[in-house]
Amino acid sequence: MTEEIIITGFGGQGVLSMGKIMAYSGVMQDMEVSWMPSYGPEMRGGTANVTVIISSERISSPIVRHFDTAIILNQQSLDKFESSIKPGGVLIYDSNGITRHPERKDIVVYRVDATEEAARMNSSKTFNMIVLGGFLKVKPLIKLENVIKGLKKSLPERYHNLIPMNEKALKRGIEIIQKV
Amino acid sequence: MIEVTGIKEIIKPENLVYKKTKIMTDNTLSYCPGCGHGTAHRILAEVIDEEGLQSQTIGVSPVGCSVLLYNYLDVDIQQAAHGRAPAVATAIKRLLPDKFVFTYQGDGDLAAIGTAETIHACNRGENILIIFINNGIYGMTGGQMAPTTLPGMKSSTSPYGRDVKTMGNPLKMTDIVATLPGTYYVTRQSVHTPANVRKTKKAIRKAVQYQKLDKGACFIEIVSNCPSGWKMTPVQSNKWMEETMFPYYPLGDLKTPEE
Amino acid sequence: MKKELRLMKGNEAVAEAAIRAGADGYFGYPITPQSEILEYLMEANPAETTGMVVLQAESEVAAINMVYGGAACGKKVMTSSSSPGISLKQEGISYIAGAELPCLIVNVVRGGPGLGTIQPAQSDYFQSVKGGGHGDYHLIVLAPASVQEMADFVDLGFDLAFKYRNPVLILSDGAIGQMMEKVYLSQQKERSKVFPDWATTGKPATRERNIITSLDLDPNGMEMHNHKLQAKYNEIREKEVRYEEFQCEDAEYLLVAYGTSARVCQKAVQLLREKGLKVGLLRPVTLFPFPTKRINDLSGQVKGILSVEMSAGQMVEDVLLAVNGKVPVKHFGRMGGIVPTPEEVVENLKSKIIGG
Ligand SMILES: Cc1ncc(C[n+]2csc(CCOP(=O)(O)OP(=O)(O)O)c2C)c(N)n1
Ligand code: SF4
Ligand SMILES: [Mg+2]
Repeated sequence: MTEEIIITGFGGQGVLSMGKIMAYSGVMQDMEVSWMPSYGPEMRGGTANVTVIISSERISSPIVRHFDTAIILNQQSLDKFESSIKPGGVLIYDSNGITRHPERKDIVVYRVDATEEAARMNSSKTFNMIVLGGFLKVKPLIKLENVIKGLKKSLPERYHNLIPMNEKALKRGIEIIQKV
Repeated sequence: MIEVTGIKEIIKPENLVYKKTKIMTDNTLSYCPGCGHGTAHRILAEVIDEEGLQSQTIGVSPVGCSVLLYNYLDVDIQQAAHGRAPAVATAIKRLLPDKFVFTYQGDGDLAAIGTAETIHACNRGENILIIFINNGIYGMTGGQMAPTTLPGMKSSTSPYGRDVKTMGNPLKMTDIVATLPGTYYVTRQSVHTPANVRKTKKAIRKAVQYQKLDKGACFIEIVSNCPSGWKMTPVQSNKWMEETMFPYYPLGDLKTPEE
Repeated sequence: MKKELRLMKGNEAVAEAAIRAGADGYFGYPITPQSEILEYLMEANPAETTGMVVLQAESEVAAINMVYGGAACGKKVMTSSSSPGISLKQEGISYIAGAELPCLIVNVVRGGPGLGTIQPAQSDYFQSVKGGGHGDYHLIVLAPASVQEMADFVDLGFDLAFKYRNPVLILSDGAIGQMMEKVYLSQQKERSKVFPDWATTGKPATRERNIITSLDLDPNGMEMHNHKLQAKYNEIREKEVRYEEFQCEDAEYLLVAYGTSARVCQKAVQLLREKGLKVGLLRPVTLFPFPTKRINDLSGQVKGILSVEMSAGQMVEDVLLAVNGKVPVKHFGRMGGIVPTPEEVVENLKSKIIGG
């Protein structure tokens, strides 16, 4: 089993950290993982993306151009990466700010309105955890409990009090994601 | 009149007035006759000997006439790339903080190519001694203009004299490092007369003590001569140094600890 | 002993491995994409634990000369930088090689020439294996292809450096420096308390003074020194070649690639095998010494070789020398910070080697 995922959106949306938590969760599940960020000035303000690969085997290339799953969080990224999804692959997107919705018919499209939900939950910081929850529902290759473990690993001790809130957000994401 | 046959009677321990210090090796110095480098080596060697520092000393030699310092002093020495001695010494002292660490550098080495290393080592307050031989010229490469060459002074690359408009002004590195909080003791001396030799030696001895007390960077400029580069006899060169160099580079302490 | 598992960036792995390897000193200057090494070490503050010195120098020039000073004291010291900074260090590296000092240098390569880009590249190959600075010398060059190897090669690098009194270069790139993977970290080693007998540590009465220099004004002496260096490099060529093979046993076509390119090629091999093409990959782990003999042997077995690099074609020259005309050798690469895709490798192997 190998899952090649790209997460892409604005810098500041928690794209890189969502990828990190995903990767940590994979480690908790004894899988091989790689986390390859786009790095450099584009991180500030512009778009940021990260490729996460989770696999039961040794990972060959950490850099790939075609993905099993794309998690897309802004219009620019949708325009750029919709075509990079493998036929039969999955696109998860947040419709907030999207003016041109996904058009491909040979992939499965899911919508998780995490921006809206995070606002409703009054915790915009957990936005990316709602998205991640949605991913867990669609691609159950990592277990929720391992994500919580991964969170503990990737968060500094002083933020561990935020874990219950994040868990709530993850669960909310699992509930609200829907196939388009 | 000394009879030639009497020479054996003269060379006796009780007649000894001057001898090689232990820390100087038997190698013949490669310096030109009358050059100040030899004297500066000698007093440094004397201090190392008198302070019992041979086993504690690690020196760094520069690129310049004194590159072969390691042939003359019987202590552990590293030869550094041109201008980089203060960086080299920084690491030595940080890794072996109990040792006595010094650099010995010319003006081209210290004040041109190595300006950054010099200023930053001093500014970090590295606990080392920097000995700076300022002869106003690139001696080793054949008498080219140095950053310290005086206005109007001739060299092979300022054949009509240094024109400060196009060639810049002499750089007073010692004055600059004296302004840095990292330096503890900064002085400018010379070795062209016995009295000056004594003063310079005293300065080196002070620097050794300050280094033991972990006080920060000590910087001793020795205004020196280069008979070959200046195209003068040794005697002329010393006179010219007094008359022309000293007014621009006045001798004396620039920064002394408040005691 | 059980190793500790962490998820880390390649750069962080280098830094942590340095502390654990019992390094005595690190001297660096910030440059993307390797600044995490200095940042990590500053945060870890090993001065408090192992006593390792970590210093931000005023330039790469100063940093490499600090390495010279520390190495000449017989200490385990290192520096890291990325391409433009490594160019600045070349003078110091040549001195270190000439004075036969052990040390570790890490280059997290970015695209050039000039200020170039901060994205990953492999365009510093010539500089790394053919000299870099002035004079006839070689570095031992290790090319990690994973975060695990970024960590492992620190220890290996120090071992080789001290074994041969020779600088060792870890030639990495922005992708391996920035990506996170699982890494198993070794146990903390103690910092060495014994000094090699050549080190400048202060001359006791019991030994001759130690001199560290690369200078010999007598050309005869200098030629002798060069002979000695060359003999050492030949010994290294004989004993220290390292490489990894991937599905070479029955290969009819061969890819040769190191570092990030090798990871890309591994995927290309999978894709090609799925299509029934017998393709293998040889990944040089040491770039100096180069696995010349093994590539020559394989050229008796395969019909053609594609060398894949993130450069205009540098390592391919060494592959050509190894193959010595036996079979066609071609180069495929992307430049300026672009990483080739496995699909591009597949296409190029087909068009340049299989089809042609
Ligand atoms: C990088 C580099 N540039 C130039 C030289 C050539 N060079 C050798 S010594 C020297 C000048 C030395 O002058 P100074 O430091 O004043 O020492 P002096 O010989 O006067 O004592 C130069 C330019 C060199 N060895 N290395
Ligand atoms: S060239 Fe000048 S500095 Fe060098 S040894 Fe001769 S007199 Fe001294
Ligand atoms: Mg001079």
